Amino acid sequence: MIASDAIAEAFQATGFTHIVWIPDSHLGTWDAALTARYANRLLRVSREGEAIALAAGLMIGQAQPLVVIQCTGFFEAGDALRNVIYDLKLPLKFLIGVRNGRNYAAGTSKDSSARFTKPIVEAWQLPYAEFDPFEQTEAAMRDAVQTLAATPTASALLWVE
Amino acid sequence: MMELDEALEVLAATRGEHIVMTTMSSVGAWPKFSDTPRDFAYLPSSMGQVVPLGLGLALAQQGLSVIVLSGDGSLLMNLGCLVTLACHSVPVRVLLLNNGLYEVTGGQAVAGASRTNYAGIARASGMDRVYSFTSKADWQRNAEECLSGPGPVFVELQIRGKLGEATPSAPRGMAEQIARLQSTWQHHAE
Repeated sequence: MIASDAIAEAFQATGFTHIVWIPDSHLGTWDAALTARYANRLLRVSREGEAIALAAGLMIGQAQPLVVIQCTGFFEAGDALRNVIYDLKLPLKFLIGVRNGRNYAAGTSKDSSARFTKPIVEAWQLPYAEFDPFEQTEAAMRDAVQTLAATPTASALLWVE
Repeated sequence: MMELDEALEVLAATRGEHIVMTTMSSVGAWPKFSDTPRDFAYLPSSMGQVVPLGLGLALAQQGLSVIVLSGDGSLLMNLGCLVTLACHSVPVRVLLLNNGLYEVTGGQAVAGASRTNYAGIARASGMDRVYSFTSKADWQRNAEECLSGPGPVFVELQIRGKLGEATPSAPRGMAEQIARLQSTWQHHAE
């Protein structure tokens, strides 16, 4: 597994000015590292649609936020995403935790959230890449985060949990 | 109760240099009072998201003071945003235009119309500066206090609902609105 501080460092080095998030049990292990690096620019919100709108306000204010949420919250946040990406046309970046993604791929989980993650991301026509922190290296993680940040359109990194 | 135009008239006379973000019904009504680069019509919108949009703007551009106008129907879709807002010492002022209706869809009642205590919800969310006004005279007397001093601030304005209102449209496209808004601080930075 990749150390949480390396992940937070990659976010910062890539130029993400704010992290807007709702943690899950996997992403939540990054809390201390993100807090250490981002302090009051780690923004905790109440719901994922709110995360997207808050990030949109940051982008209008010319900051460069990253929205970090679980796939289940991503499902809930569809209208906010539609509005920000297609009406406001802001190239918002997401890191989406795919709950039970590894177990689902191995056929050992009945969690339906992993089943629907890619179809729903694709339904919103949101370009994405996948990253598996259990299999891939820290260098690959840095590349994935840099690629996410450099993508000119809105895009997502699906983070397998 | 006051009319929407009465509430906005007081705001227009008091808002000073604040950014004003409108959404839903207020998008249609506000331009007759003000239509400058500091006026941002959040339309097309996602209902319930104008408060976090304003918070994000204030966090990114420190020194900007932001007023967001939200209807009660919109706020109901995202009450948690008040909890988030209360966590930040930012000059964001939420003006809740409470008319008990989904006005732009023809005037159907919102859940809890005339029962819900929005000022109480704002206080319970952790906001210290909370006001509620039912008349134009009261709002006018207190507007300057509401729009000055530290934020966040929550102001409930009880508005008489209207039926049969036309669906509002934004005065200009979103890209132009964002560029106009950004020009307000870019101009100051030069």
